[in-house]
Amino acid sequence: MPTPVTRFKSASRVLARDLRHRDLIQSALGKYEIKRDEMKARFQDWQGARQTAAEIKYEAINHLDRYLTEFVTKLEARGTKVHWASTAEQARQIITGICRDRQAKRIVKSKAMTAEEIHLNEVLEKAGFEVVESDLGEFIVQLREETPYHIVFPAMHLTRGEIREVFQRKLGDAPSDNPEELTMVARRVLRKKYVEAEVGITGANFAIAETGMISVTENEGNARLTAALPKTMITLLGIEKVLPKLADLALFLPMLATVGAGQLISGYNTMYGGPRQSGEADGPEEFHVVLLDNNRTVMLADAEQRDALHCIRCGACLNVCPIFRNVGGQTYGTTYPGPIGSVITPHLRGLQEWKHLAFASSLCGACTEACPVKIDLHHHLLQHRRTARAEKPVWWEKLAFRGFALLVNTPWLWRLSLAMGRIGQEFHGLVKGTKLDPAYVWTQSREAPPLAKQSFKSWWRNRQ
Amino acid sequence: MKITLFVPCFVDALYPQVAISTVRILEKLGHTIEVAEDLNCCGQPAFNSGCWAEARPVGERVLDRLRDAETVLIPSGSCGAMLRRFYPELFAGTPHEAAARALSAKVFEFSEFLVEKLGVTDLGARFPAKVTYHDGCHSLREMHIQSAPRKLLARVRDLELVEMKQVVCCGFGGTFSAKFPMISTAMGEVKCSEALATGAEYIVSCDSSCLMHVQGLIDRQKLKLKTIHLAEVLAAGMDAGYRMPDTGCRIQDTECPDTNEDGRADE
Repeated sequence: MPTPVTRFKSASRVLARDLRHRDLIQSALGKYEIKRDEMKARFQDWQGARQTAAEIKYEAINHLDRYLTEFVTKLEARGTKVHWASTAEQARQIITGICRDRQAKRIVKSKAMTAEEIHLNEVLEKAGFEVVESDLGEFIVQLREETPYHIVFPAMHLTRGEIREVFQRKLGDAPSDNPEELTMVARRVLRKKYVEAEVGITGANFAIAETGMISVTENEGNARLTAALPKTMITLLGIEKVLPKLADLALFLPMLATVGAGQLISGYNTMYGGPRQSGEADGPEEFHVVLLDNNRTVMLADAEQRDALHCIRCGACLNVCPIFRNVGGQTYGTTYPGPIGSVITPHLRGLQEWKHLAFASSLCGACTEACPVKIDLHHHLLQHRRTARAEKPVWWEKLAFRGFALLVNTPWLWRLSLAMGRIGQEFHGLVKGTKLDPAYVWTQSREAPPLAKQSFKSWWRNRQ
Repeated sequence: MKITLFVPCFVDALYPQVAISTVRILEKLGHTIEVAEDLNCCGQPAFNSGCWAEARPVGERVLDRLRDAETVLIPSGSCGAMLRRFYPELFAGTPHEAAARALSAKVFEFSEFLVEKLGVTDLGARFPAKVTYHDGCHSLREMHIQSAPRKLLARVRDLELVEMKQVVCCGFGGTFSAKFPMISTAMGEVKCSEALATGAEYIVSCDSSCLMHVQGLIDRQKLKLKTIHLAEVLAAGMDAGYRMPDTGCRIQDTECPDTNEDGRADE
């Protein structure tokens, strides 16, 4: 039976040597980096902005109880129905229940990673609802029956040709592989869906405690249509999305746009404060907010890694991660790929089953440097390794490290092994790079470094 | 100043010329070198693999041995990071915490020691080649070493430094390179193509472990690139006529890299 680790290993082996994939991602993210750096340069003090953002999130997460209560009280005051979901299952039941009660048939959805996390589409479709993703990238991966590749750019791994192919196959309409024409095809299909849908489901980028509002950031206007046209609006969000004050958005919106997509500010930034109020011309008749825990409180209880709840899902850590860039987002087999996924998935879904993600890292720290809210990502991977091994020691590994320490720290044993190694490497050529090679994991793709004829310490002793 | 040199296992066995160059440079600057001959390992492989219980006894030995050292120098940013940045964490809440913190404050990596501690940038070296510099991730992000090696390279005669477009990991990552060899290799390939794009002949770094990985790929793929530690570059041309002892390494005479026949790379 394939397990998460065997699936990860076999998928990563394939993708890591797929040069077409490598070039595609390197070039897409290379362009992103240029725009991101241009936008970062427009901040007076980028490092100062990161520090401020981290402090705001620190305050929000450390007083989550207070801010959540404030957020919910304000929201309810304007007629919003708030639901608390401790588990993914509860959230699915709440949302399916609302759709059933409204006798809905068709649901339109804008991008929400939280919905991916609870596998909402699958459940709604099984319950007989038609669910259509309205974000273009999500729409494309939905047509291809795939999971998103990236938390911000779900279809970044696809070429125009591949998008044209799926449009042709599933929609019967793809005049060319011109991006504008393809977008128009999607638009024609989606516009109809917004009008027909009885329920619209959105995610949220931020939840403002002070005013009881949901903030949604997007570039296509699809989230606005998803929220405004159907009679019932449902917003699903994790409890960690809360920010204390409305003014905090003055920092977080440009910051998210900068590191998320290399934009000064996203195309559309909308605040939702409740259902249509009396005298208002538009907006949903009903507004439901589903607050999801799903083990976030477990993370909150972990003093060492609590800052992982600072995450604003910008994708900056994915974009700079050399592992992500070489294995791609779908290889992880998680909702959240890349460094942040490797940090939070063990909390969300179990450390022993997902610890391999913490080991699948060179601990280079590019993620930590890129994170706009200063999550100590790569050190958390190191802590996951420690906790995983402390919980469930691997006896041969313990033995190997004890043996290694003994070998390198006992001078005569070290000298002896160097001498034997020098003899051994003369014969290495016989098996080098084959499966008989004891160094196969290294030599299958790299040459082994030759041992020096004289070690430094031997040189030093002779010189004294 | 009395300097205690901690030579990591792979430098001792594979890259003795790095430590020899370090000794020569510091002696030339008038310092007394003591080599911690009985220390070879900082415990990082076990630590990074999550086996903290196995890393602690190794670390305790280091703490004990270096307790009275005035200044500890490690010609490896990665091992330096282990002593400076990670020992205090490894020993937090143990009786060795204070010793770990004390050691942390007196450990230096080679390039930062020269520039930040000694205030030296010009060693009179000459290295006629176009080079690019690889930031080892531990050097860069745990030790915060970025400008020191570049200041040193800027003063090397006839050397041209060309930066790579991306600051990216070489893919080594210790046991990671064995646990996920294909991901590690792909990362190394990206690093090599970045370096090749600069047109440099050499990748210079303060981390021999990174260079070991990159050189392994260069040799397998027969790329037109060579790797060299910063200490070797700085020792080049220091005393006219000085020849490095025959340590069996491919670059034996760092004085004249042009005349050194590096078979595959020069083809």
